[in-house]
Amino acid sequence: MSALTREETEALIQEVLEVYPEKARKDREKHLAVNDQSIEQSKKCITSNRKSLPGVMTIRGCAYAGSKGVVWGPIKDMIHISHGPVGCGQYSRAGRRNYYVGTTGVNSFGTMNFTTDFQEKDIVFGGDKKLAKVMVEIEGLFPLNKGISIQSECPIGLIGDDIEAVAKKTAAETGKPVVPVRCEGFRGVSQSLGHHIANDAIRDWVLPRSEGKVHESTPYDVAVIGDYNIGGDAWSSRILLEEMGLRVVSQWSGDGTISEMEKTPFVKMNLIHCYRSMNYIARHMEEKYSIPWMEYNFFGPTKVAESLRAIAAHFDDKIKEGAERVIAKYQAMMDEIIAKYKPRLEGKRVMLYVGGLRPRHVIGAYEDLGMEVVGTGYEFGHNDDYDRTIKDMGNATLIYDDVTGFEFEEFVKRVKPDLVGSGIKEKFIFQKMGVPFRQMHSWDYSGPYHGYDGFAIFARDMDMTLNNPCWSKMQAPWLKKEEPVAEKAAA
Amino acid sequence: MALRQCAIYGKGGIGKSTTTQNLVAALAESGKKVMIVGCDPKADSTRLILHAKAQNSVMELAAEAGSVEDLELEDVLSVGYGGIKCVESGGPEPGVGCAGRGVITAINFLEEEGAYDDALDFVFYDVLGDVVCGGFAMPIRENKAQEIYIVCSGEMMAMYAANNICKGIVKYANSGSVRLAGLICNSRQTDREDELIIALAEKLGSQMIHFIPRANAVQHAEIRRMTVIEFDPTHKQADEYRSLAKKIVDNKNFVIPTPITMDELEELLMEFGIMEVEDTTIIGKKASELAVA
Repeated sequence: MSALTREETEALIQEVLEVYPEKARKDREKHLAVNDQSIEQSKKCITSNRKSLPGVMTIRGCAYAGSKGVVWGPIKDMIHISHGPVGCGQYSRAGRRNYYVGTTGVNSFGTMNFTTDFQEKDIVFGGDKKLAKVMVEIEGLFPLNKGISIQSECPIGLIGDDIEAVAKKTAAETGKPVVPVRCEGFRGVSQSLGHHIANDAIRDWVLPRSEGKVHESTPYDVAVIGDYNIGGDAWSSRILLEEMGLRVVSQWSGDGTISEMEKTPFVKMNLIHCYRSMNYIARHMEEKYSIPWMEYNFFGPTKVAESLRAIAAHFDDKIKEGAERVIAKYQAMMDEIIAKYKPRLEGKRVMLYVGGLRPRHVIGAYEDLGMEVVGTGYEFGHNDDYDRTIKDMGNATLIYDDVTGFEFEEFVKRVKPDLVGSGIKEKFIFQKMGVPFRQMHSWDYSGPYHGYDGFAIFARDMDMTLNNPCWSKMQAPWLKKEEPVAEKAAA
Repeated sequence: MALRQCAIYGKGGIGKSTTTQNLVAALAESGKKVMIVGCDPKADSTRLILHAKAQNSVMELAAEAGSVEDLELEDVLSVGYGGIKCVESGGPEPGVGCAGRGVITAINFLEEEGAYDDALDFVFYDVLGDVVCGGFAMPIRENKAQEIYIVCSGEMMAMYAANNICKGIVKYANSGSVRLAGLICNSRQTDREDELIIALAEKLGSQMIHFIPRANAVQHAEIRRMTVIEFDPTHKQADEYRSLAKKIVDNKNFVIPTPITMDELEELLMEFGIMEVEDTTIIGKKASELAVA
């Protein structure tokens, strides 16, 4: 099926909006747009970061998910307490596949769930004492932890527990950092506020710990910020930076440690992968420590090379040469991958709906394989995300913010992409509709997808999903046989 | 006789607990089977009946035992003067936790454990002065108290609170069977107090069910952790509570209240000379500015 024209896409949006009551239609209309590359500011065509409508199926998470699940959770040598009832921590445990090196339960705690397991009495009488006790127990059972973060669940904000006081007291007793995070789930419209709150907690409780500490600097010290090492993403990114001669002092926060974070104020440059979740702390470090920051994109060889050169441009010739060397080194491998997969994937059309940086960052990787992204959207993006997306998307493609379950299904039915990339909640709906699907949050238990090594896996995964023979077997054999019979009868 | 569930509300410090316990003692004396449920973290709603400082509360015991499911009814239920059954919901120290949730938990526990048995004639909920959150409205929600008595006096803030409580009743009256059953005036010996409360009750669409005069006998009894009924049954103050009890037994006047606006309330107070007619020329003027004028 050929691409929709601008008019057709606009008509499609109107048609999909028709089912809503008037008030809902007016609201949702602002979140759906037809891309126009000539627009400079996305606020002219799309509204974002607003409360989801009651009654629709939104795919968003909460502030706790943004803080515990995204920003803090991957810091492997700290213990992150889900403070409140047990469910929030248990149902989100290890779900994001933030890989790490270490011995779980000894010096790393990434896949474990620590919770204060609130009961009725803790709500009524307050949970401060229990929290303090849990932290004492943690010290006894896991003495190699390097610190604790307290991730507030909803009730903490309602009953007004003074977790800051408990944190200070325990930190004084153990001599380790204890970070209270006010990321109650009901705050804000999505997980996005949770990222911001988590960044602020790092600003207030972690970075000041660098003061007075000595760091042996090199001119090539950088921090990788906003890579959560999903399926090993940060590892396949880090090696490229190191190969070109940079020294990666800290990794935020995938496979990260608290001591790395504390060293970040000494780096020469902050490299931001997920802008949405970590731009706040980058801006803070720019202001307070005069550390410049820049965004980069390690999806697909074109963007990797572009980013390596852009990063190198901030350093001396040694690094610039290093970047060229790295690009040249992997060129043959990339050519081989593209030669293998492009003929199998060329011209295929993709619709995405994910969070953070991916709705725009993975476009280049698909284009390297000759594929086209014809629709994209952010779960919890802000308008600065859409500003960055308009130029990456073709004209007349669909852009949808906080898309509802209904809208997404209707768009897919009409646009008929060859592949949909979204999350676990969407996966089976589209697969049952006969549409090839990849989870683009967890890489469908594959990965890494970042860097050159990641692209090899990305290309293979897209091919095996799209060209899987199962898609030609969607119709039951007995139905297939009957069709011609029915036609004859009708004729 | 079917079980009647009543809740007593009113401004903090107005004498809800004292009035409730004396009233309940009078009911018990006349042969009624009564239960008091204290809905206040201070847990002082049953001390005059039990001659105790403070009863072990549901939430306190639940916290000790682990959870409320670990409790049995007899752990939390004490029987005092006249066979009156006493329960305190209990709750946290001021400034921590959620007292409202404690009330909800405790009342649900009593229901599940069958505390409201057929033999009972009356249940009285004695609720914390200010209905600060949903938890303290628990006694007036569906299937709980149907009759609300508001304790008040001729003081402005007490009347203001009574009016606010009526707003809360309206909210639940429309979805359930809760009704305002009357104002109990616990006298502070202000001028024309009885007339004022009768006038307020009228405006609210209800009645002043009884005027309780001020008497030192109440304090004398309280020092001994007793009701007047028990301490000095012949005292005329005891008869006041008996009279209130009889009026409540016979009460048929249950209404959805018609709360008044702040302006109307002020007008009423001016009418009775409690508030002076507002001089709008002085609003927002400093003392120095007024001196010049």
